[in-house]
Amino acid sequence: MFELRNRAEASRFWAAASPALALLITVAIGMGIFVALGKDPVQGLQVFFWEPIKSSYAISELLLKATPLLLIAVGLAVCFRSNVWNIGAEGQYIVGAIAAGGVALMATPDTSGWIVVPILLAAIAGGMAWGGIVALLRDRFNANEILVSLMLVYVAVQLLQYMVYGPWKDPNGYNFPQTKTFESATQIPKLMGGSRVTIGLLLALAGAGGMWVYLYRTRAGFAQQVGGMAPAAARYAGFSARKGLWTALLISGGFAGLAGGLEVAGPIGQLTPYVPAGYGFAAIIVAFVGRLHPVGAVLSALLMSMFYIGGELAQSRMGLPKSITGVFQGLLLFSLLACDMLIAKQITWRRAQ
Amino acid sequence: MSSALLVAAALDAGTILALASLGLLINEKAGILNLGAEGMMLCSALAGFAAVVHTGSSVMGFGAGMLVGAAMAALFGWLVIWLGTNQYATGLALSLFGAGLSAFAGTSYVKEKLPEAVQYKIPLLGDLPFVGEAFFSQHPMVYIAMCITAGMMWFFFKTRSGLVLRSVGESPQSAHALGYNVRLIRLGAVMAGGALCGLAGAYVSTVYTPLWVEGMTAGKGWIALALTTFATWRPIRVLLGAYLFGGVTMLQFQLQAAGVHISSQFLNMMPYLATIVVLVLISRNPQWIRLNMPQSIGKPFQPNS
Repeated sequence: MFELRNRAEASRFWAAASPALALLITVAIGMGIFVALGKDPVQGLQVFFWEPIKSSYAISELLLKATPLLLIAVGLAVCFRSNVWNIGAEGQYIVGAIAAGGVALMATPDTSGWIVVPILLAAIAGGMAWGGIVALLRDRFNANEILVSLMLVYVAVQLLQYMVYGPWKDPNGYNFPQTKTFESATQIPKLMGGSRVTIGLLLALAGAGGMWVYLYRTRAGFAQQVGGMAPAAARYAGFSARKGLWTALLISGGFAGLAGGLEVAGPIGQLTPYVPAGYGFAAIIVAFVGRLHPVGAVLSALLMSMFYIGGELAQSRMGLPKSITGVFQGLLLFSLLACDMLIAKQITWRRAQ
Repeated sequence: MSSALLVAAALDAGTILALASLGLLINEKAGILNLGAEGMMLCSALAGFAAVVHTGSSVMGFGAGMLVGAAMAALFGWLVIWLGTNQYATGLALSLFGAGLSAFAGTSYVKEKLPEAVQYKIPLLGDLPFVGEAFFSQHPMVYIAMCITAGMMWFFFKTRSGLVLRSVGESPQSAHALGYNVRLIRLGAVMAGGALCGLAGAYVSTVYTPLWVEGMTAGKGWIALALTTFATWRPIRVLLGAYLFGGVTMLQFQLQAAGVHISSQFLNMMPYLATIVVLVLISRNPQWIRLNMPQSIGKPFQPNS
């Protein structure tokens, strides 16, 4: 019979191969779902993995969706590496979006394009503030960061609703719960004509690069990771656990907030109740599938973006609800966690006695 | 709303939290933290709703909910207990997967309606002034939740198997050394907990708000998780805490009805803010938490190492 044995040393091969195997398993189950629903599985594959990359416009849309996912996931990677379980990035994203929206609404027709800078700074500050609450309650009162950060997501959703139904509602908007469309000066500059990709993509890539340098080339980043892996060793080395906690939550909150600001001042262009799109939760999966590594996060953000676009296409072309994206996201994380077992363990065959 | 009805509504809302939180309590007593409660509740809410739509029987609805909850918990249990995956990450995966799956599978049920609800009332007691309306005119599940609480207190603290379960949660190594099958006991606890979360989910979609919408449990699974800490892992405190939170939920509607000039959005925040406040108050004293918390929560256990 099959037996699981502990490896003497963690397998480097499986550490890298496990996400690929997890993707294969997800695709296999996904094709099974298509067959079970009487849909053509080959068309399903096409919709998810070929359509999103078949033209330069499709690729630009892929990059557009990958941008917030990458930003949030990079921040979360730092958090999870520090063993700080911030699962409320969605809330930090929303508050970042609200803060950015607040600045964008101050613009008048003759505001200069430089207003984009305060917009994005406000977004970062908003996300950091929301993450900071989690850090404060954890630091001062030992309140569990998983539950606090998640509860704050629901609070942020209500805050956004309040703003768009109340003080910031567009007076000329036929009573729709939304702000007026932001002035064109507030638009995040586009990377190139003919696509919706903004300089947000560059910011996200720079963020990933910056985090790589921080985690692997600075003493503070090293201390941060030791604190996550071996709190006792970190204490012995004199690394502050409190500092680690605050850094993790402020970084991930700031990144999530920035992602929110880039979305509302970019492709969305106003605040509506539909700003929360679940990126904050999807980014948790992106972070894990990317091995909590900034470079891995780039790849997995692209993959997750494919899932989103594929889901939308599956709705329009195959008549499936687009929430199928959520099913695949969940399956991918499950498969990854199961496959990760191969890093520490070996499957061996032993004859039954 | 009269104050009797308010009490009744608080018990109604609290029952959801009580069922789910008692389920999570079984998990945690055995040393397993399942962050997937929200996902299990959503899927079982859908399963329960669908079962009632197709069979017209609310018993089938609760059965379907429990079955789905237990099945999802089994998947979680297999991953964390046998494959040794991280409990936080796996529970999170279960929540995300459950949200996605229920949204996907539930699309065709969004416009369905359930058969007319039956009004329940205990004979004689239900006719008493005030208390009759407040306590004795509830859905049977409200009383079942109370019985489950009592049963769980008896099981944990008065039976041998309860003692074994707790020892698995306190020190799996010792339980293993005494010859107990730690993994199977943990799987049993996880599945029983999943079934209770499933019951809670089915209650949400078939009794509390008899309809199906995406994400309808609205964080109740997470609040239930907070409740186990709040109750310092005692069944009776879980029940009382759940009613307290049910009361907070109802207060929000009460204030709205009373015409208090607060935007509804701020009132909607109340259960979540209350959870945070309670977490802060209860966690301030780490020693107290440490004294009551099952010692092996969240830690993997391998019998052969």
